Amino acid sequence: MTIASPPSPSPQPLRLQPTGWLRYFSFSLDHKVIGLQYIVCGFLFYFVGGALAGVIRTELATPISDFVSRDTYNQVLTLHGTVMIFLWIVPVVNGGFGNYLIPFYVGARDMAFPRLNAVAFWMIPPSGLLLISSYFIGGAAQSGWTAYPPLSLTTPAMGQILWIVSVLLLGGSSIFGGINFIATILKFRQPGLKLMMLPMYCWAMLGTSILVVLATPVLAGTLILLSLDIVAHTGFFNPAAGGNAVVYQHLFWFYSHPAVYIMVLPAFGLVSEILPVHARKPLFGYVTMVYSIMAIVILGLVVWAHHMFTSGTPPWMRLFFTIATAFIAVPTGIKFFNWIATLWQGRLALNSAMLFSCAFILQFVFGGITGVALAQVPFDVHVHDTYFVVAHFHYIVYGGTVFVIFASIYHWFPKFSGRMLNEDLGRLHLALTFIGFNLCFAPQHWLGLNGMPRRVAEYDPQFSLINQISSVGALLMAISTLPFLINVVMSLLQGPAAGPNPWRALTPEWLTSSPPPVENWIGAAPLVEEPYGYGSSEGRIDVNQARGQDLWRQQP
Amino acid sequence: MTTTTPIDTDLQQQDDHESDGHGHGEHPDLRMFGLATFLVADGMTFAGFFAAYLTYRAVNPLPPGAIYELELVLPVINTAILIASSFTFHRASKELMRGAMGACRGWLLLTAVMGLSFLGGQMVEYFELPFGLTDNLYASTFYALTGFHGLHVTLGALMILIVWFQAREPGRFTPSDHFGLAAAELYWHFVDVIWVVLFGLLYLL
Amino acid sequence: MRIPSAIITLIAGMALVLLGQWVANDVNWLPVSASTNAPVYDELFRVLLAIGTMLLVGMTGVVVYSLIRFRRRDGDQQDGPPVEGNLSLELFWTAIPAVVVLFLGIYSYDIYDRMGGMTDLNAHGMDHHAAELASVRQSQPGDEERIWGGIAPASSNEAVLPVEVTALQFAFVFHYPEQNITSGELHVPSGQAVELRMKANDVIHAFWVPEFRIKQDIIPGQPTVLTFTANQTGDYPIVCAELCGPYHGGMRSHVVVDEPESFATWVETNTPATLS
Ligand code: HEA
Ligand code: HEA
Ligand code: CUA
Ligand SMILES: [Cu+2]
Repeated sequence: MTIASPPSPSPQPLRLQPTGWLRYFSFSLDHKVIGLQYIVCGFLFYFVGGALAGVIRTELATPISDFVSRDTYNQVLTLHGTVMIFLWIVPVVNGGFGNYLIPFYVGARDMAFPRLNAVAFWMIPPSGLLLISSYFIGGAAQSGWTAYPPLSLTTPAMGQILWIVSVLLLGGSSIFGGINFIATILKFRQPGLKLMMLPMYCWAMLGTSILVVLATPVLAGTLILLSLDIVAHTGFFNPAAGGNAVVYQHLFWFYSHPAVYIMVLPAFGLVSEILPVHARKPLFGYVTMVYSIMAIVILGLVVWAHHMFTSGTPPWMRLFFTIATAFIAVPTGIKFFNWIATLWQGRLALNSAMLFSCAFILQFVFGGITGVALAQVPFDVHVHDTYFVVAHFHYIVYGGTVFVIFASIYHWFPKFSGRMLNEDLGRLHLALTFIGFNLCFAPQHWLGLNGMPRRVAEYDPQFSLINQISSVGALLMAISTLPFLINVVMSLLQGPAAGPNPWRALTPEWLTSSPPPVENWIGAAPLVEEPYGYGSSEGRIDVNQARGQDLWRQQP
Repeated sequence: MTTTTPIDTDLQQQDDHESDGHGHGEHPDLRMFGLATFLVADGMTFAGFFAAYLTYRAVNPLPPGAIYELELVLPVINTAILIASSFTFHRASKELMRGAMGACRGWLLLTAVMGLSFLGGQMVEYFELPFGLTDNLYASTFYALTGFHGLHVTLGALMILIVWFQAREPGRFTPSDHFGLAAAELYWHFVDVIWVVLFGLLYLL
Repeated sequence: MRIPSAIITLIAGMALVLLGQWVANDVNWLPVSASTNAPVYDELFRVLLAIGTMLLVGMTGVVVYSLIRFRRRDGDQQDGPPVEGNLSLELFWTAIPAVVVLFLGIYSYDIYDRMGGMTDLNAHGMDHHAAELASVRQSQPGDEERIWGGIAPASSNEAVLPVEVTALQFAFVFHYPEQNITSGELHVPSGQAVELRMKANDVIHAFWVPEFRIKQDIIPGQPTVLTFTANQTGDYPIVCAELCGPYHGGMRSHVVVDEPESFATWVETNTPATLS
């Protein structure tokens, strides 16, 4: 047995790396800096995407095309979808929280490949700017975020090519990130830390990264072929040149369906970290959680054609994809029931992190149920490409993932900054967002069922009222960001000090100061064998009495 | 018996991991693992192309006059060269393991030359083919697939040349520490395997 | 007095089922149903709605109940019970959704079959319908003999009214080959099966009539067949449901369902001279 070799002489910061706030603008190799870079950068793009959503909802407040021109509208909705997915959700729940938390969770001082990590982040701002600037140089892509040919071959080439380039770069960034996470989680764990001791977020990130590595390259290949069609006039996807437009759809959705789990699995992981802490109970059903993540990964790879039920796929294919898709409800359901069981009989702190998580549960279940409905071919035949689908996925991506991002900010802000957020403002933020969100998207289900297609700038006047309600909801959502921003800025400047572990949590990131030192822990990394060991029965450590060091053991 | 490492040296090691490949930290060298994962990803790109190609063959009829049959002599020779080059590379790392750097470099150079002659052969074939990139769907897929693979070969040959160049420096690669060489080798085998599949699909099917 | 939790659960469960039943039967969120297809579809919709409502309301109930019942009082620093799992519970909530989705899958397969969606349009020699469709194939010289998806009628014995549909940016053009009528609106007789033989000229469009509950993409290079039987007279919108360019939102038309007699009149007035 050795005792941790003690007094590290004043920990040296990485050489040649700026310190202080400047490091957030540098090519830093510190995973915590990179994580925050991802998060802040993601939020900036979120505001861009939100402003674009504002344009969409303003246009749709009236049934005629009056606010922006028709092709601008298509550019706006394409940019909105692309920015929100590739520059907001994916980077933040994967790169952002992943980089910040995973090294803590595996007991490492950094990611497996710090330099690759920094490269992956720094690919994002330029490609995001490229994407947005395409709007100003000749107009952005206007064929939707799905870029279906032949439409994407006939719309102005410049915007479409810039769209392809930036999505390729973002995909590359995401692959690099994925490789890094797989290596870190599987191979970079500290000795003695077994896989089944890892906090659930690690499993979620492992599953996500497997999807990233397997699916994203297919999108890259597809987009390369698409750009050849545009630039070199080949005919892969151009029926007029003997090609086949449906092949594109298969290849695209082979990535983009898994992409939806890339957007939501990490969020599942984050919720699994937040709930036990604020409910003061162990995460219910750890083992089934792990298996259900892996089941979602495997099933997620074989259900893509449910986006193409009206594209003339053969009947057997529709049948297979219906069943496979609907079956994802089973592993997903396990997770939701487990979370509810985690809440049951807990000691729930009704703070913003907890409330945002619970709102997530309800809204995701709503979106999941409409998803299972959409998976049924005959049902989908009516509502495909309508506002019903728009409502489905906003319930999942916004009501699900974005709510989790907010919950996570409320949960980890004290760790990031060393200061507490204001709870009253937080709950105001929650209330406004919750109301605004449901007001905006719930009525869209009705619109879809009754005949309003998506991606239109003008629509049948009978739908005006419901669209206006929806727009009011969007406005409320925009307003709801104000208390959040005020809260973050004020708390950064003058929030009460958080201390190392304000939530009395057991996962490793809390067993160090807030914000943590560059090397994560002064002294040896703690070996946390039971990240969810809450519970007040005999034989457990009383978290109130214990000091940080008692919660973890030195490694043998 | 392991000792917990004090932070500063640990940090240093991680830095070293990246910069010059002398990591002896508590963590194993993960770069080969990372590369292998990357190759899985790269393989999926090809898998996507293959799937598209097969779908086209199954459902999209060729325009009148177009053919699927290709001249086989040159491609077969090319294939033989590429496969053989995998063995020469393997031989190179064997020599390295024995510590025979001279021989190792010789085999490396031979591998690079074989890779380049594969590319040359590919070029010759391109010029002799009766169809151009945009003639028909089959032609486009043919060029896209072989071209994308050709890019990989080019990159691989470059890597081999770099490794060959680096290997002049004594002690640059040792039997126990030769990441650059091992990486180039793994990549080269990968490119080779992809070619075999590609050859089967494009020329034989 | 403490009511046993089993009883509460039972009552809550029964209330949920009743609620689901009520929503399914008495809430109507769908437009008028105007084809033989639509009632079949609506049946599935009601089942989905009932299951969905029960699930959502049930889970909301449990979450809200937990938030209130188990909220932490001020100054309470204790932990909850250290329950880490419960095998039989977990099995239970794996099995139930599995059964539900399996049932749904089989049920919707049946529905789809009744709507005619499972008919293989390319099954050569399966029935005389295949022979009829040959006309579509011939109208596409150079194309392989292939019909891409779509919905065929379950029984192909009745007389069908063929209509050729051409979708282009940004309109639908309807051509009645037997009557030699070309029109921007679709007119169909009530009660007779109509077979749309669709093709697209430029980009992908989709033919959607919400009141008929049918939609089919029209993809360039892929002739597609869609069959339906309207059974309720009226004037319904035809909507293009696939992004096809700036005027996608304006790509709308009408389908007029007439009594057979009035349809005959329409055909008569339009056949001879209106068309050059
Ligand atoms: C994070 C993103 C995300 C997630 C997680 C999902 C999850 C699911 N999605 Fe969604 N989806 C999108 C994002 C997402 N989707 C997007 C962006 C689109 C549109 C793309 C475009 O065209 O632009 C889309 C479109 C889309 C379609 C195509 C619609 C169309 O265009 O016609 C379908 C069809 O099957 C579908 C189904 C599903 C299903 C079955 C799930 C399942 O994973 C849901 C499973 C979850 C639950 C079911 C809830 C919890 C479970 C229980 C409580 C157990 C009990 C439940 C039952 C027994 C039912 N989705
Ligand atoms: C992935 C995440 C994601 C998120 C978070 C959102 C968020 C929102 N979306 Fe998004 N949406 C998509 C993904 C997402 N969307 C996708 C993929 C599509 C499909 C695109 C396609 O068809 O190709 C789509 C399409 C889509 C449509 C359909 C367009 C159409 O088909 O014609 C609509 C319409 O209402 C809409 C609305 C909204 C609204 C109101 C929000 C709101 O929740 C946004 C709330 C946020 C804010 C309001 C930001 C607040 C900040 C500010 C307001 C600052 C403003 C700053 C300045 C003005 C300088 N979205
Ligand atoms: Cu045609 Cu949209
Ligand atoms: Cu999907």
